[in-house]
Amino acid sequence: MEYTEIPEKDKLKKLAFNLGQRVIDYSDYIGGMAILAQKTFMAIFRGGIKLSLVIEQAYQLGVRSLPLTNLVGIFTGMVLALQFVVGLRRFGLELYTGQVVGIAIVRELGPVLTALMVAARGGSGIAAELGSMTVTEQVLAIEAMGANPIVKLVIPRVLVTTLVTPILTLIADVLGILGGMVVSVIESGVSTSFYLDQVKRTVEIEDVVSGIGKTFFFGFLIGIISCYQGLKTSRGTEGVGNSTTLSVVICSVAVFVSDYFLTKVFLLF
Amino acid sequence: MGTIVEFQNVWKAFGNNRVLEDFNLQINEGETFTIIGGSGTGKSVALKILLGLLLPEKGNVFFKGHNVIDMSEEALVAMRSKIGMVFQGASLFDSLTVFENVAYPVREHFDYPLEKIEKIVKEKLKLVALEGSEEIYPSDLSGGMKKRVALARAIATDPEVILYDEPTTGLDPSNTNRINELIRNLQKVLKVTSVVVTHDMESAFKISNRIGLLSGRKIAFLGTVNELKTSRNPEIQSFIQGQVDLSL
Repeated sequence: MEYTEIPEKDKLKKLAFNLGQRVIDYSDYIGGMAILAQKTFMAIFRGGIKLSLVIEQAYQLGVRSLPLTNLVGIFTGMVLALQFVVGLRRFGLELYTGQVVGIAIVRELGPVLTALMVAARGGSGIAAELGSMTVTEQVLAIEAMGANPIVKLVIPRVLVTTLVTPILTLIADVLGILGGMVVSVIESGVSTSFYLDQVKRTVEIEDVVSGIGKTFFFGFLIGIISCYQGLKTSRGTEGVGNSTTLSVVICSVAVFVSDYFLTKVFLLF
Repeated sequence: MGTIVEFQNVWKAFGNNRVLEDFNLQINEGETFTIIGGSGTGKSVALKILLGLLLPEKGNVFFKGHNVIDMSEEALVAMRSKIGMVFQGASLFDSLTVFENVAYPVREHFDYPLEKIEKIVKEKLKLVALEGSEEIYPSDLSGGMKKRVALARAIATDPEVILYDEPTTGLDPSNTNRINELIRNLQKVLKVTSVVVTHDMESAFKISNRIGLLSGRKIAFLGTVNELKTSRNPEIQSFIQGQVDLSL
């Protein structure tokens, strides 16, 4: 993007110009990503899903993310239980820690933290891989050989992040609740059956639907942002590094911002 | 010998950077045509426009009489099966073996059984003197070997035209000669049309039937190797002798 030179003395004009340029840059970014999303959907509807590529990405982005999301799930449940045992003890309610842990993990912490881990591990990997393929003209080579880079590169990754994030979240939810159970049993002396009974009484099916439902959108956003960031990489290895960092930052912001609106939407039902 | 590729009044710019202006060029079937010119003069851009990878602002590009600019997605894919391209940095897929790289365009365009694909890959690797390297990954190859694998990949679908983007850049003299020989042999054996983009004058003289000098955003000189060598145009002589950079 070309920047017109503005005289230093005219600071207000320069400020307005910079602000306008930022708006144009953001619009350009969002527009580019929307076009990529549209092309991806159109290619999917034209039968552009290559199962072998999807399976390969499911392993890379799903199976290999599992240890990380599981670890985050367990420790989130444990620390949450620890905090609530202390907090609820002040009111003599520490026996009911399971109720709070269950609802917090299933509705909010499980989905958001899992999505952030997918963005950090999977999203950065996508941006780095596609970024280095772009700067070494491998993406151009795919196109030059008559193949469609969206079918070969974007669809498998977006599809897998969309479908795998909910599965990883579900597993992390279960592990988080079990982690909370271990801490509750040790710290507040409740039995495992009592703790699980508390969780079952509080967590309803709509909580699970709301929590897991959001992760489909998170996964899609992570996939499309990371692919777009990777494919628009320029300026060699430095550009690959920038794209990788930016993809994690933008994915994380997108998860937090969309979380509010998606939660609001799911509360309507 | 008819015209196989034709650029008609092509204009291309990147932002405020004008690269091609009223660019006209005809390339004949079966010849090796070399586009020479300084860095950043738009030589590679011309190749990418021909493949439909970049769209010009104005003008037309014809491949076998069909306008590339107006082609549908399907027609572009069909055209690309008839054109092979060797990229400047080879652009091999680093996560795939040599075999997978060479087989890639074959799998993309044809529904052949594995045995037939294996036979094609073996045959093409033999043509570039790389038999037995099927299971090697690109990261384990030298620069010259990568270029030869890229060449094998470019000819895997038996194209009618092969585009070479700086095929000898970054190679030592012995590998440069080897690539030059390969380009000449492939023209003889496969009877293909070759379009080479380079600023390596020695290579250009060795492999070309005709040469076009890209300067001032258009073809400033067009002729045979001898015509180029004997040109009295001081600008051309300076470029040949490496005295003036004509880059924009």
